[in-house]
Amino acid sequence: MKYMALIYVDPTGFSSRSDEEREAITKEYFDLAEDPRMVHSDQLQPGSTATTVRVREGETLTTDGPFVETKEELGGYYLFEANDLDEAIEIAARMPASRLGGAVEVRPLVERAA
Amino acid sequence: MIDEVFHDEWGRVLATLLGFLGDFDLAEEAAQDAFAVAAERWARAGMPRNPGAWLVTTARNRAIDRIRRERNLAAKTRLLDVPEAVTDDVEEDAIFKDERLELVFTCCHPALATEAQVALTLRTLGGLTTDEIARAFLVPTETMAKRLVRAKKKIKAAGIPFRVPDDHLLPERLAAVLAVVYLIFNEGYVARVDLAAEAIRLGRALAELMPDEPEVHALLALMLLHDARRDARLRDGELVLLADQDRSLWDRDQIAAGRAALERAIALHGRGPYVLQAAIASLHADEERDWNEIAALYGELARLTGSPVVALNRAVAVAKAEGPEAGLALLDELDRDLAGYQYLHAARADLLRRLERVEEARAAYERALALTTAEPERRFLQRRLADL
Repeated sequence: MKYMALIYVDPTGFSSRSDEEREAITKEYFDLAEDPRMVHSDQLQPGSTATTVRVREGETLTTDGPFVETKEELGGYYLFEANDLDEAIEIAARMPASRLGGAVEVRPLVERAA
Repeated sequence: MIDEVFHDEWGRVLATLLGFLGDFDLAEEAAQDAFAVAAERWARAGMPRNPGAWLVTTARNRAIDRIRRERNLAAKTRLLDVPEAVTDDVEEDAIFKDERLELVFTCCHPALATEAQVALTLRTLGGLTTDEIARAFLVPTETMAKRLVRAKKKIKAAGIPFRVPDDHLLPERLAAVLAVVYLIFNEGYVARVDLAAEAIRLGRALAELMPDEPEVHALLALMLLHDARRDARLRDGELVLLADQDRSLWDRDQIAAGRAALERAIALHGRGPYVLQAAIASLHADEERDWNEIAALYGELARLTGSPVVALNRAVAVAKAEGPEAGLALLDELDRDLAGYQYLHAARADLLRRLERVEEARAAYERALALTTAEPERRFLQRRLADL
């Protein structure tokens, strides 16, 4: 089954750490990206760089910032293969954000016939 | 008689079918089909020697027939090669793998909301109808039906596995299962739906399926010991305190069964929260209560769980063992955590009453009343207040 892990980070958590700690955390993310079950993954720039787009009655409206302003920010994602939800949860629990005050949302992809 | 067999066999049959078909809806339909056939055929020809095997075989055959006829269904199941249906020969001595553990761990998976876990467990393992579960939890049938549909959809879509969790996950997953069963037990009694009895049935099944787990036996013990006192708990709709209960109304057999289960748990070196609670319940069933031991057990439980409510219970036991002043001192420590908890104020009121500190007792009873909604409990507090 294919799952998407959406990583919500506590922004204060990262910035308040030492350079060493931040390097170690980043390395964890990169190592996880090398897992054979990973299909794709990437880091997003901070929520302050986001633009939200809506089209209403033919008019394109943009607002500054993410879709929803929350304390935690969407920081990145992993798209991966797993046999079942338990395996997916185990993978998600290895993402540093999950233990550093943030959270990881795990959602299955819509299966489409090849 | 047939109803009883159906009630006992539903969970087992459904679990086996689910293991075989990998789809809740298919399994449920097949099971319902088979039970319908059984209801008609057994009424005419009598019950087969092995009703479980009969039901599973019949259900499997009907499911297989259906799959062969509707090829799109085959994709839903895990069957790659649809086997030949064996229509008339029911292997009387067939032993089907008992997959109820797989089923209960699926139903109680942490990715499902607690209320969904409870509903699914009662529907699949308990065999209660959607309507019965709805009435038990005082929600419309439509709401409960939607809850069940959503839960099954989540299981399928998110890939919740039909499996007993691996060893490293088992302790926390088992704790979740036990919590669901105990929740069902504590929902109490609603017209025509005896959830407590249902919970005890589930507890017994778990004890059979996981005989080496002490907390499983301990939960069963706890439920049996509590349930044994149900007939003595109310007199003319009025709440009766444990100390004042007519012990002749207690179910002696259940107490014995509860104590036997507790012994099994202790023999397995259990010392978890359910073991402690069951041990306390067992001590309460003695004529002369060992309040020191009860207080000590509550102390251990409080340390284990960090629960202020448990600390409250300990304070009450200490008051019994060492006198009201000792208890009051402990209650004072709980003011911050339990300010809005009626039982703290009721307990304090009771101890103050014993010490004849009437004005303080009155204030405490009034605070308790302000927080109490259940009628039997309100009446009890009001009587105490009037007696001051």
